[in-house]
Amino acid sequence: MAKQNKVHEPPFHIVKRPAIARWKALLIRAVAILAALAVSSLVLFVLTKKSPLEAMKLVYEASFGAYNKSSELGFFAQILTGRKFWAMLQELSMLLVIGLAVTPAFKMKYWNLGAQGQVLFGGLCSVAVMFYLNKGYWETHKWLVVVLMLAAAMVGGVVWAVIPAIFKARWNTNESLFTLMMNYIAIQLVSCMINVWVPTGSSVMGVVNQTTQIGWMPTMVFPESWGMSPSAKNYFFNIIIVVLLTVVMYVYLRYSKHGYELSVVGESVNTANYIGINVKKVIIRTLVFSGLLCGVSGFLLVSGTDHSITTGLDRGYGFTAIIVAWLAKFNPLMMVLTSFLIVFLDKGASDIAMNMGFNESVGEIISGIIILFIIGCEFFINYRIVKTHREG
Amino acid sequence: MKKAIKVISIILALSLVFAFAACKKGGGDETTAAPADTDTTAAPEAADLSNIKFGLICLHDENSTYDNNFIMAAKEAQAALGLSDDQVLIKTNVDESNACYEAACDLAELGCNIIMADSFGHETYMKQAAQEYPDVQFCHATGTSSKSAGIANFHNAFATIYEGRYLAGVVAGLKLNAMIEAGDITADKAVIGYVAAFPYAEVKSGYTSFFLGARSVCESATMKVVYTNSWFDIDLEKTAAENLINDGCVLISQHADSEGAPKACEAAGVPDVAYNIDTSSIAPNTALVSSRINWAPYYEMVINAVAAGETFATDWIGTIATGSVELLPLSANCTDDAAAKVEEVKAALADGSVKVFDCATFTVNGENLAEYTADVVDEGDFVPETNVILTDEATGITYFAESDEQFRSAPYFDILIDGITELG
Repeated sequence: MAKQNKVHEPPFHIVKRPAIARWKALLIRAVAILAALAVSSLVLFVLTKKSPLEAMKLVYEASFGAYNKSSELGFFAQILTGRKFWAMLQELSMLLVIGLAVTPAFKMKYWNLGAQGQVLFGGLCSVAVMFYLNKGYWETHKWLVVVLMLAAAMVGGVVWAVIPAIFKARWNTNESLFTLMMNYIAIQLVSCMINVWVPTGSSVMGVVNQTTQIGWMPTMVFPESWGMSPSAKNYFFNIIIVVLLTVVMYVYLRYSKHGYELSVVGESVNTANYIGINVKKVIIRTLVFSGLLCGVSGFLLVSGTDHSITTGLDRGYGFTAIIVAWLAKFNPLMMVLTSFLIVFLDKGASDIAMNMGFNESVGEIISGIIILFIIGCEFFINYRIVKTHREG
Repeated sequence: MKKAIKVISIILALSLVFAFAACKKGGGDETTAAPADTDTTAAPEAADLSNIKFGLICLHDENSTYDNNFIMAAKEAQAALGLSDDQVLIKTNVDESNACYEAACDLAELGCNIIMADSFGHETYMKQAAQEYPDVQFCHATGTSSKSAGIANFHNAFATIYEGRYLAGVVAGLKLNAMIEAGDITADKAVIGYVAAFPYAEVKSGYTSFFLGARSVCESATMKVVYTNSWFDIDLEKTAAENLINDGCVLISQHADSEGAPKACEAAGVPDVAYNIDTSSIAPNTALVSSRINWAPYYEMVINAVAAGETFATDWIGTIATGSVELLPLSANCTDDAAAKVEEVKAALADGSVKVFDCATFTVNGENLAEYTADVVDEGDFVPETNVILTDEATGITYFAESDEQFRSAPYFDILIDGITELG
């Protein structure tokens, strides 16, 4: 009999963990990361026949710069004054700010796939201000142009986010499809406007106001003796704004009444109704906030980064931001780390590609492996594998 | 959770420290290897180029025929000049955004003394980087503003590819003639289909020269142009070619950067003229010929100039004579007389007895062009200011002077001539 049982039952089964000790969860994550590094090293070695350590060095240097032994500056001073570090912080900030923008909606279980469109449309409004207000009065009031650009971007982002939200609140339409479609409209609007502004038909806007720098985010002034790289000066305000927004979002979600309400709506609409939360109002209000932040992201990308617009203004972050938010379990402070992880891997990937003479896809395979392991290990934190007990 | 992340970051940081420690070791190896390298290469020419580092920024990667053309040329130039692998750095998939500026700065900091970008939209970001690194030469293909920008280390370059397309057009025209003679089509059905990227001068100049080449041998030829509004989109280009074929086009050419159109042609059995790559392997039964800009002569010229500490052209124009404009080998699908005819026309282009944009050979709204003002001087205003119709004193030919020495390298022929219809 016992033998027959053994044949019919699988050797193990999966059980949901009621709770897990912290050290165990940490251990699982640590093992996952080590395993990810091991597997990706193996892949790299098979593909490149070069030492995985060399590849990892490249990944590190892509974000922190190469250490120059002969320089007078110390290790950390070299990182802090170098271009690579600030370029990395800039990318991190752009990914993070879009991640922050999608977070409240996702926490409410409103599947906003339209961050791309909201950023693009906000950016488009912003660049329009920059394009038209560049002569006469505006040459002496550059700061006002920047303020107007920010305002325009916010309005644009809100409009693009709130339209699907109203439809969702009023008629319970599917927000995923609706926001996704809004992306295509925004992309085509951008192409269309570029063709209006650039009559040559090249579909390339190029840097706007390159010589006058009207509508450009101001650059930070550091003491000359610090020897900061131009990137530090150019991106400083972008980064500071995103740091502030991160704190604001953390407080909003964690300590404000709004933040509490939206998480109740996310957990259960019925509960929310029962305790007297106006669900429609919360949906629309949350998406206004979400759109506002997407608008700000568009503004930072136009005014503080590209000084122009393309249909790729959002760098695909409209979707990557969802991974960032999800990996961090919608905690804005954790999102700093998850954005860092993605930007760090991304930058590393393209530098590996360049230095080892490979297509960029190799680097993306490595990023993919590492992210897969990190997400995958959550399974072992939430479930455990139990050996099937033999009877008798 | 917070602790978890902390531990993860510590582990990540540790792994990096190890990687970093190891890299120092690697760095040591490199320094010992370097002198040995210079010992072996005692030849004076190689020694001259030992300080050269050439960086290339590409919009897409090798899958795009356009970018691949730049990458192949870099490898060609590298081999011709005997540069080592770490003297040629290539960054692919660099957007026409701040990413281009960052890529250029990156290459400059890695020690590149020449940085080349391949896409039109890279131009303004290259200028920005050029101002930051005055000792590095920044070169940009297809750009329009180097002459007006006044930045000493910023250069534009392009080639008279319209001549290459004209030659390819001649090959296509002969094929149309053969189809008419064989009774496959009647003369009035000699319709060419053209898959074009954007309604932009570079593209319009290209399809017009191709068409004029075809019509120079096949008088009844007409052409339909469809835009994909993308430089690189395999599906769109394939569909566009299929639609043109369904619409009655009996020969297809393209100015878009994927293999979509040649593949559609092979499936439909329609002759095809490609751009930048030899498609005879993917379309063995239908590929005729391709024209190509060979960037290697430009790269070599720039590398040699920088190595010698000399300045070089702010705006450089490659020609058939410089080896920059090429017609790739004719396939077996071409007519027998094609090779001889190509040589004949090539010689005529060289001696000036034939001009591609000879105003006597085409009309615009039924009239010959006597004057045309183009926006040659790019000041960002899009206002045309220069008459580009010239008359050659020796031959008396009045022609549209495309990519002419006295104007600029990037094309400015943006006129729709009679015989060509733009669809959609």
